[in-house]
Amino acid sequence: MSSLLISGGRVIDPANGLDAVADILIVDGKIAAVTPVGTGNSAHRSSEPTRDSGYIDATGLIVCPGFIDTHVSLREPGFEEDECTATGTAAALAGGFTTIAAQSDTHPVVDDRAAAEFIRLQAERAKNCRVYPLGAVTKESRGEELAEIGQLVQGGAVGFSDAKRAVANSEVMRRALEYTRMFNRPILHFAMVPELSDGGVMHEGFEATRLGFRGIPAAAQDIMTGRDIALAELTGGRIHLMCVTTVDSVERIRRARARNICVTADVTPHHLLLTDSVMGSFETMYKCNPPLRSQEHLNALIAGLQDGTLSAISSDHQPLALEKKQVDLDTAPFGICGIETLLPVCIRALIEPGHLTWPQLIARLTTGPAEILGLRHGTLSLGQPADVTLIDPLKTWRIRASEFYSRSRNTPFDGQDFTGKVVTTIVDGEVRFIIDR
Amino acid sequence: MLLTEIPVSGPWGERHLLGLEHLTADQLNTVLDLARHFDEITLGGSQRLDVLKGLVVANLFFENSTRTRTSFSLAARRLGADTVDFTASTSSLSKGETFIDTAQTIEAMGVDLVVCRHRTPGAPHLLSRNLKAGVLNAGDGTHEHPTQGLLDIYTIMKHRGRIAGLTVALVGDIRHSRVARSNIHGLKALGAEVIVCGPATLIPSDIVRLGVEVAYNLDDILPRVDCVNLLRVQFERQRGAFFPSIAEYAHLFGMNGDRIRRARENLLVLAPGPINRGVELTPEVADGPHSLILNQVTNGLLIRMACLTLLAQERRNIQEAC
Repeated sequence: MSSLLISGGRVIDPANGLDAVADILIVDGKIAAVTPVGTGNSAHRSSEPTRDSGYIDATGLIVCPGFIDTHVSLREPGFEEDECTATGTAAALAGGFTTIAAQSDTHPVVDDRAAAEFIRLQAERAKNCRVYPLGAVTKESRGEELAEIGQLVQGGAVGFSDAKRAVANSEVMRRALEYTRMFNRPILHFAMVPELSDGGVMHEGFEATRLGFRGIPAAAQDIMTGRDIALAELTGGRIHLMCVTTVDSVERIRRARARNICVTADVTPHHLLLTDSVMGSFETMYKCNPPLRSQEHLNALIAGLQDGTLSAISSDHQPLALEKKQVDLDTAPFGICGIETLLPVCIRALIEPGHLTWPQLIARLTTGPAEILGLRHGTLSLGQPADVTLIDPLKTWRIRASEFYSRSRNTPFDGQDFTGKVVTTIVDGEVRFIIDR
Repeated sequence: MLLTEIPVSGPWGERHLLGLEHLTADQLNTVLDLARHFDEITLGGSQRLDVLKGLVVANLFFENSTRTRTSFSLAARRLGADTVDFTASTSSLSKGETFIDTAQTIEAMGVDLVVCRHRTPGAPHLLSRNLKAGVLNAGDGTHEHPTQGLLDIYTIMKHRGRIAGLTVALVGDIRHSRVARSNIHGLKALGAEVIVCGPATLIPSDIVRLGVEVAYNLDDILPRVDCVNLLRVQFERQRGAFFPSIAEYAHLFGMNGDRIRRARENLLVLAPGPINRGVELTPEVADGPHSLILNQVTNGLLIRMACLTLLAQERRNIQEAC
């Protein structure tokens, strides 16, 4: 029997409504006890220490369920110059993530069972965090014919997504929602009207006009969000909208959820902290899809997070080899390498200004995404696999892209100081990531 | 005449000329005054000077251009500089060399000033951060074309003696026009009123935040404008059709004899060229008494001589300070 005691931390477990200083005892990879300190029966006293038992002093730390990311691009196979499963999952651990859903946008696309099983195999070999594949909605993500969704489910797919390619044909999307319904799996959709967004570089607004860039209007997302909600209502299927960025999309999702339509949504950290005002630097690290919007949109995203309209925060991790970004803005691909910097960026955007409490933030990183993907993870309930993240909320540190676990360096936050850092990440009771305090 | 002997009337202090947006009225006047000085001492740009002797000016054009490149080359040579032309085709870029690699290669050859044209906004800005040489933006996508803005302003000033208080209409494809943006910034800084006029599909609505008036009816505004600048319809930059037909465009926004007769008697007609005859303007207007199209070409040479000189002086100041 192996055991690990995490002692004296502020334990935040949104699923169980817990926010108290407590000890957590892990035995054989499972949560064995969560005992608030000062109740007189502290966990380490009620358990028998064994020879290989471990102990972590978590005084001053936040102890919470391991984070879950609903869509992470691991880039393997096909784009190993950007990332591979081993580096991407190591980056996930460093970011406090114990479970990620791997995007289907590899080459070839994850549109058959073998491809899904390859993702799982590589994850097992890497032995970092848990990885669940997302299968493509359509063959080669071309938006034309449905992929072999049933076989992808058998291969381990927890949801379906054509990554950054919108399923533009409404009839195809309707069939996809109907078909996935019989497996009770969500479709993670990138809601964007291609004709309105193609060729765009940044948010359509005054900044784009001033700088002379073709814009991606908010309406490109709003129109598709509205369509997706209508199709979810029509079919009873589960739609999850990735990377919501606009006032109107948040409002449409809010109203649909009030009417009990099966729609969920997530938002990225960079859309919560940055606006299109940074684009005047012409810096390609800011180029992401959807684009950074204006302050009014950012405010709506925060309101959506506060009332739970947006129930998850996703890194939307898009690692890209440096040379791909060392070009002009029109040529540079979209994407931010974000999983390692998610927490400090969220702290700056949400905790420091007082927009969210710690339990609310952790819920958006644990129970929210778990519910979207239909996973049991994201809690510290007794008997659960012990996936735990320890955070030093006051540690000030400088983000250095050169020290990323990810193979890529494309972050707009390189060289900037942030507060709050993941210090330990535990999967199945095993410490997989730890830094010296 | 030495570089240090060139009289500079006001503040400059810029290592690069990337756009007009962030220049002050005083800085703009410094360029305009120097262009006027060159106009006088070279008899309209026809005589050579040697103020840039020993300096190398590289034309780094990632996008096709004959007029602007020729104008810059000529300006550099009139000042005694050596020039090298480097036309980068997009195919060589797709082989893996980034445009920054290309520029650094050129700089390693001992270039002092780089004149850069690129199809993407901000490309010269990115270059300027990676080079020690001074960078002159010769047009970055649909963002800015500062020397064109300056030469348009110089041309108006030469014929009216001032900019403040004048009303200038920019007509045509505002959305895809770098010339429009540079004109707006420069003219506004110097106190002109600017009207942008064209099809609604080619005028982004946020443009009013640059302090311009938006008009869709050319005939309505014509009686109150001092100058029309007829922007070329950028067929190559447009994705899809922004107006129903060229005939309809010419009908609504083309400058023709009828419109000239309804405009102010002393209306100035500018067009950055190359012009599409029969689209933005008819031959009657292009070749008529109101047209300053060829003056613009000559003035472009003077403006570019002034800009090259100011950047060369700034480069020398920095080198001496080191």
